[in-house]
Amino acid sequence: MQQNKPRLFGVLFKAIVLFALFNFAFIFLRDIPFGKFSLYNSFFPGRERLPFGDHPHAYNLNMFDLDAMFASHVLTGTTKTPDEYRVLLIGDSSVWGTLLKPEETLAGQLNSLAIPACGKTAHVYNLGYPYISLMQELMTLDEALQYQPDMVIWLITLESLPSDKQFGSPLVANNPDRVHELIAKYGLEAYTNDEALIHASKWDQTFVSRRRAVADLLRLQIYGALWAATSIDQYYPESYERAQIDLEASEDFHKLKSLKNTLAWDILDAGMSAVPNTILVNEPILVSNGLNSDIRYNFFYPRWAFDEYRMLLGEFAVERNLPYLDLWNITPIEEFTNSGVHLTPAGEAMLANKIAPAIQMNCNKQES
Amino acid sequence: MGLFEIGVSVLTALLVGVLTRDTMRTYLLLALSVLAVYWFQPVIPLRSFDFWLPSLSLALVILVWFITSQTESWSSRENFYGLMIIIGLVTILDLSRYLFPNLLLTATIPPQFISFLVFVIALAVVILFLVRLSRTHRWILSAAIILLIVILVILKSPILSLRASIFLGQFTNRSAENASASDLRWLGFSYIAFRLIHVLRDKQTGRLPELTLSEFATYVVFFPSLSAGPIDRAERFAQDLRKDFALTQEETLLGGQRLAIGLFKKFVVADTLALLALNDALATQVSATGWMWIVLYAYTFQIYFDFSGYTDIAIGIARLIGIKLPENFSSPYTKPNLTQFWNNWHMTLTQWFRSYFFNPFNRWIRGYRNIPAWLMILVGQLATMVLIGLWHGITWNFVLWGTWHGIGLFLQNRWSDFVRLRLPNIGQNTRLQSALQFGGVLFTFHYVALGWVFFALSNPTLSWQVFLALSGVSR
Repeated sequence: MQQNKPRLFGVLFKAIVLFALFNFAFIFLRDIPFGKFSLYNSFFPGRERLPFGDHPHAYNLNMFDLDAMFASHVLTGTTKTPDEYRVLLIGDSSVWGTLLKPEETLAGQLNSLAIPACGKTAHVYNLGYPYISLMQELMTLDEALQYQPDMVIWLITLESLPSDKQFGSPLVANNPDRVHELIAKYGLEAYTNDEALIHASKWDQTFVSRRRAVADLLRLQIYGALWAATSIDQYYPESYERAQIDLEASEDFHKLKSLKNTLAWDILDAGMSAVPNTILVNEPILVSNGLNSDIRYNFFYPRWAFDEYRMLLGEFAVERNLPYLDLWNITPIEEFTNSGVHLTPAGEAMLANKIAPAIQMNCNKQES
Repeated sequence: MGLFEIGVSVLTALLVGVLTRDTMRTYLLLALSVLAVYWFQPVIPLRSFDFWLPSLSLALVILVWFITSQTESWSSRENFYGLMIIIGLVTILDLSRYLFPNLLLTATIPPQFISFLVFVIALAVVILFLVRLSRTHRWILSAAIILLIVILVILKSPILSLRASIFLGQFTNRSAENASASDLRWLGFSYIAFRLIHVLRDKQTGRLPELTLSEFATYVVFFPSLSAGPIDRAERFAQDLRKDFALTQEETLLGGQRLAIGLFKKFVVADTLALLALNDALATQVSATGWMWIVLYAYTFQIYFDFSGYTDIAIGIARLIGIKLPENFSSPYTKPNLTQFWNNWHMTLTQWFRSYFFNPFNRWIRGYRNIPAWLMILVGQLATMVLIGLWHGITWNFVLWGTWHGIGLFLQNRWSDFVRLRLPNIGQNTRLQSALQFGGVLFTFHYVALGWVFFALSNPTLSWQVFLALSGVSR
């Protein structure tokens, strides 16, 4: 019997058709949360903090799939026991722990204190993420609500508040659907038509357009093996440039004259209402004593702006009767690392010692 | 070669396969290969060296052709055309800095024309002098082999490479502090040198057939196999080149299939495994025995899929042009002993060493009748494998890797002799035979995998740490 040889154009035609079908099938699969299928918390231990970074020897990556990020987190794989008092930390890179090992971060230090809270023991989870935007933090907080938190501690700083930079975080910009949900859920209409929001076209939903996201998802799973093998999720350089002490003689803060009507208090308000038992913390900043320190506190903040922010934040907390810790100046200069908000392990320990009593004091708020 | 370079190479190969015939195909392949030598060359911190190094590759090709070809053939029209194609294209590439500064093929701007002219004239004088000398002095062939080996040694030795970089940096006003051993990344030189040495040795032994300059140069710098082999033989390559070839649907499918397999192996499997594969950082970061075995297995498969993937890509592209490059890998990890592993791993390199080192060395050592046979085998295996190690880089770890395999081959040779003499009926027991076969595959695979500990890491201390972790001994 003579065997038919495959014909070139037949093979090419079939390959193109199959590829096109596969490519466009992704449009119809967009609502399936592939990110939730994860090897973490089953094959590999969950991560202590959300995936972030791109150093080849840190076994971590920047990605925009919040489902996948949470699925890789230890929070997802931890069943809440009756004696666990679940505390979630929300914040920026200072909470995430730039240059710090997981046990040295604020969450790690609080866990090492084994804080008793209303007859239970506080178990603190690090949900910080290294971009400064309240909208991003609200998105993380909203996602975390499903994990039954007893308390949320939200550490903020002025840099995350300007209304015009709420969509500057890539995590926010690349999750337009989630942002729209947040806007609808918390009544944040002021942000509905922000130009920075990326709206995905049909083509953007195909495999070709989403190949990076697919690759990231697979890479995250593979890195799970290395996270399990090394417990390393960040690159620790042997040396780094210390945070700037000598500052420019500039009073500029985002080209603003006053902070009134320029900060995203509505987003903060939304977040504070999401979990009744939320402690608001004005996180420590570096207070410089170097050149031009009479004009600026540090690289980020001129004195006038930060002082006004503190006043406004205090008023915000008092008006709403919120548990509020203003810890902006509790850490000495030498306990900052490479930025005016990144702390050393000792600095984090100081912060933990201030926050621990607040956890104990406020633990019964939800019950009452 | 990245995906873009591979894509362009495939399209080019298809066009050549479809549109050209006979001599025209050879000229076109020569032209494309000359361009590829420059295009594939990565940027180098030394100014204009991404132009000078490919130019030196071509100069060596021309020199070796002149000293290995018959004088009568020099004046033939084919050879004149071949020479004009090479010189013409290189001149155009240099002039592109003036003619099309936005469409440069080289990684950086080529040198000024006056520098290029001086370079060409100087090389022409040297080549003419050596060629004249080679007519009366046979040792020129040996000198050319030594020259190629010296360049290889400089490029492969971190210390010499650094010194060379510092020395060459003086001509480009580059500070010695900025020099690094990895500055002199001369694309494909390891393969170019081995092809040229093969031709020179075959000329010395009278086995080299007459090749035109176009055939010869295309063989040495053939663009699909320029960066990662395989190392073909000149006479076999020329046979394919001389065949009447027309790209058929069947050939396209076969070439395309091989290419697709290669792309999948390299860019899906190998690049994924690379995330997990053993390296200097993981050697210090991983301490658990189980995880260390996993990263070692990942490296073991990564290096195979990476290298064999590139070979498949080269074979697939070449097939579209009518060149059937030799196979380089044939399921090496499924072989029951180390000899068979080496007969199926980087086959063209192994064959090259067998032809030009192992066999001549064995013939030479057999002259010493007072040396026992086992010692001859040990020395022959060790010397060959250490040289193969050094071809990858002149470092202690490559020496150790070569030694590991040399000893392994020797022990396997002794074991095979033992079994043959003491257990002559072993072949009749099929169950025992199967068990030995299976055990052999498993043992050989792990022996090879453990050898990669030397290959993957930069120094013996790290390798030792990894061996400790693999054996469960705490560090």
